[in-house]
Amino acid sequence: MSHNSETLAHEVHEGGHAHRDDVGSKMGIWLFLFTELLLFGGMFILYASYRYIYPNDFKAAALELDPILGAVNTVILLTSSLTVVLGIVALTKNNAKLCMTYLWITQVCGLAFLVNKYFEWTHKIHLGIYPNGPALDDMAQGERVFFGLYYTMTGLHGLHVIVGMAFIGFVMWFIHKKYITSTNLQKLENSGLYWHLVDIIWIFLFPLFYLIH
Amino acid sequence: MANGTIAGNPAEVSFYEYDGKRKGIAGWLLTLDHKRIGILYLISMLSFFAVAVTLGFLMRLEMLSPGETIMKAQTYNSIFTLHGVIMVFLFIIPGIPAVFGNFIMPIQIGAKDVIFPRLNLMSWYLYIIGGAIAIVSLFTGGGIMDTGWTFYAPYSLRSTANISLSVFAAFVLGFSSILTGLNFVTTIHRMRCPGMTFFRMPLFCWGLYSTAWIQILATPVIGITLLLIILERFFGIGVFDPNKGGDPLLYQHLFWIYSHPAVYIMILPAMGVVSDIIATFTKKDIFGYVPIALSSLAIAFVGYLVWGHHMFTSGMSDTARVIFSFLTFLVAIPTGVKVFNWTASLYKGSIDMRAPMLYVMAFIVVFSIGGLTGLVLGTLDTDIHLTDTYFVVAHFHYVMFGGMGLLFFASLHYWFPKMFGRMYNEKTAKVACWVFVVGFNTLYFPMFIMGYLGMPRRYYDYLPEFQIWHVIATVGSWIMITGMIIMFVNLIRGLYKGAIAPENPWGSTTLEWKVPSPPPLENFDEIPVVTHGPYHRDWEDDSLEVVKEVKKH
Amino acid sequence: MSAELKASQVEIIDEHRLKAEEEHLAHEEHSVGYGTYVMVWLGLVGLTAITVTLSGISLGSLAIIAALLIAVIKTVMVMNYFMHVKFDTVIFKVFIAVCIIIFLTMIILTFFDLTFRNPLI
Repeated sequence: MSHNSETLAHEVHEGGHAHRDDVGSKMGIWLFLFTELLLFGGMFILYASYRYIYPNDFKAAALELDPILGAVNTVILLTSSLTVVLGIVALTKNNAKLCMTYLWITQVCGLAFLVNKYFEWTHKIHLGIYPNGPALDDMAQGERVFFGLYYTMTGLHGLHVIVGMAFIGFVMWFIHKKYITSTNLQKLENSGLYWHLVDIIWIFLFPLFYLIH
Repeated sequence: MANGTIAGNPAEVSFYEYDGKRKGIAGWLLTLDHKRIGILYLISMLSFFAVAVTLGFLMRLEMLSPGETIMKAQTYNSIFTLHGVIMVFLFIIPGIPAVFGNFIMPIQIGAKDVIFPRLNLMSWYLYIIGGAIAIVSLFTGGGIMDTGWTFYAPYSLRSTANISLSVFAAFVLGFSSILTGLNFVTTIHRMRCPGMTFFRMPLFCWGLYSTAWIQILATPVIGITLLLIILERFFGIGVFDPNKGGDPLLYQHLFWIYSHPAVYIMILPAMGVVSDIIATFTKKDIFGYVPIALSSLAIAFVGYLVWGHHMFTSGMSDTARVIFSFLTFLVAIPTGVKVFNWTASLYKGSIDMRAPMLYVMAFIVVFSIGGLTGLVLGTLDTDIHLTDTYFVVAHFHYVMFGGMGLLFFASLHYWFPKMFGRMYNEKTAKVACWVFVVGFNTLYFPMFIMGYLGMPRRYYDYLPEFQIWHVIATVGSWIMITGMIIMFVNLIRGLYKGAIAPENPWGSTTLEWKVPSPPPLENFDEIPVVTHGPYHRDWEDDSLEVVKEVKKH
Repeated sequence: MSAELKASQVEIIDEHRLKAEEEHLAHEEHSVGYGTYVMVWLGLVGLTAITVTLSGISLGSLAIIAALLIAVIKTVMVMNYFMHVKFDTVIFKVFIAVCIIIFLTMIILTFFDLTFRNPLI
């Protein structure tokens, strides 16, 4: 009995320490995602407040944004999210090559999103609609706040897209180096979670900025 | 163990002596050991604390006589801002979790380390980088920040001082705090040893757990708020600038959405320490373990509901003022649960009034004064009279310094033998405590009176009729600092000349006292299996032998 | 710790091991196929189309509610399937609920100020 219990204890300790804890690392990532959510949450509070203060100005300002462009970007991000999960499935089925293909599609989608955003921003800036810009200074106060929030929130979101692409880039390198394999893919799943969060934030940004008229 | 092949058995020497792969200073700066990181935090934090105390001392000197005494008005603005920023962001908020949470918590739950050791080291580096940026901001740009630690818009948008960099420092420190919180929540969920259920954890762990949730869910809000200040200063995005349609009141909302819960980041782990110390020095199980544990979570949650009481006079709607005033009183309920359970634990306990216990007793008295005057400020109508007076200054020093500060000292004395393997002089420690508490009250109590009489805060000058109170307070600051000097000299002396500490000098029951002092690298030779609550006293247990031995000396 | 483990301790260790095994199995189990994910994606794209179409029709104050409702549905789909929350242990759902409750609390309490403030700016 005593011998048996000792081996049991030994196993537990090995299990608790030497083995990696996938659930634990996923929990860590989720908690990190919460901080990201509340980072944007602070801005959503500001958005809600200013929309309440300046309802008409917000509607007028939103007319300056092109909903089709926003919708295209939404579909691009949704697709990139899909390819990440498909990549995970491919890797669990031991098909690293297919997984890489899917992740490449994700990267291309991320880049397409950013290019799209770049043209959108430069067009606005060209029109003089930017903080301290000539056109924006002539607008009503609510519209100025709208564009202040627009640039901050989409800018910060764009920054998160870049960070997400970097994470996925590292993961692709690890898959290439066989550090991430079908039995050890928590890093891939975690980067995927981050990427989906970036997607979720855009799911809210899109209607709030482009579709409120 | 899998990595038992390293030369020398790490289980046999303390974590100080066992360097691992890297020797000397690199072994410290690149360490992944939670205990070494705790010590790193302790050293860096006490250095910042010393600076902030000096600044406070200078402020008190300035207030010795009306008019310009030793500094100009603008210098005074910078110094109170700096005092606040360093104390709040670099000492009080991270203090107990980063130092004692890191060092003690993993051992208390029977783990070999925190779950993400690399992240843990990274938070320390972020802390140091944040501190360094704050220091750099003093000597660059438009000069030392002068907004007060709250960085209120629109002044923070227009001040010519170097606001952007100091705000960025606070942002980085917030990030460090988030990572610590994230690490602790995951560690407590995933690393508890077999048999260590949630309700068998020491109450210090409950305090840290609740705190960690606030760190995760509130800190990002201040992060974005501070980022918006920076963006506003650089690009003029206009979200807080009233000239551009922004609403400065919303800045205050966002600021206090974090900074009020942050008050509970300061006090919850400290209250956990109180429970542990009381259970140890009354030699009995704590009264009402479950209510105390849950009241930590309750305080953490209610903490999110009351931020508006910082804004009673800022132009918020009447309805919101009444609601926030009402919600503020709710905090008193879980806090009351704690205080009553602590006092009930004393009843029929065999109380051993050692230095840590003395600090805790002082805390209960001082903190009650701070808490009750908090009710005066939380009440809408009395607050209108007292807003922005010395009454507020006195109140938050009683709760922050008298709360977290005193308990930081209490934890330092309580865990000193465990952390450094040496004992300090008990008698001197008690003398230091008395001197400190007398000085503390002499310093801050007159401020209640001054505030009630109408002395506004944040002025370097005052009307002559306030001088008597200012003189008393300044003398109090000298006494208080003397107390702290005695305390630290005593501890440092103990560090070099103190008697070697036994494994369990106080006869405590929690797990950290079942490993050697100081603990070896991975804490436990063999992961413990827990079969009872944290303060359960098994009279057959060998730890009580130690108690008898120590008592004989 | 003594070398001889008590019977109660053995029991605890057994429980601990069992729990770890169950968790491990649960982690392996939920392999959702390509098909499900593609269906979810189609649903998400469809909802995007609906929300864009709705914005063309003037719904008055209902517009924002409709847009947010669709955004919430999309989020639930992404979280449940793409982020596997549906297949995770209950603690993850509790965590998410806590996060959402705290955030809603912040918004609601801020609006106690805004709704009753006069004048607004």
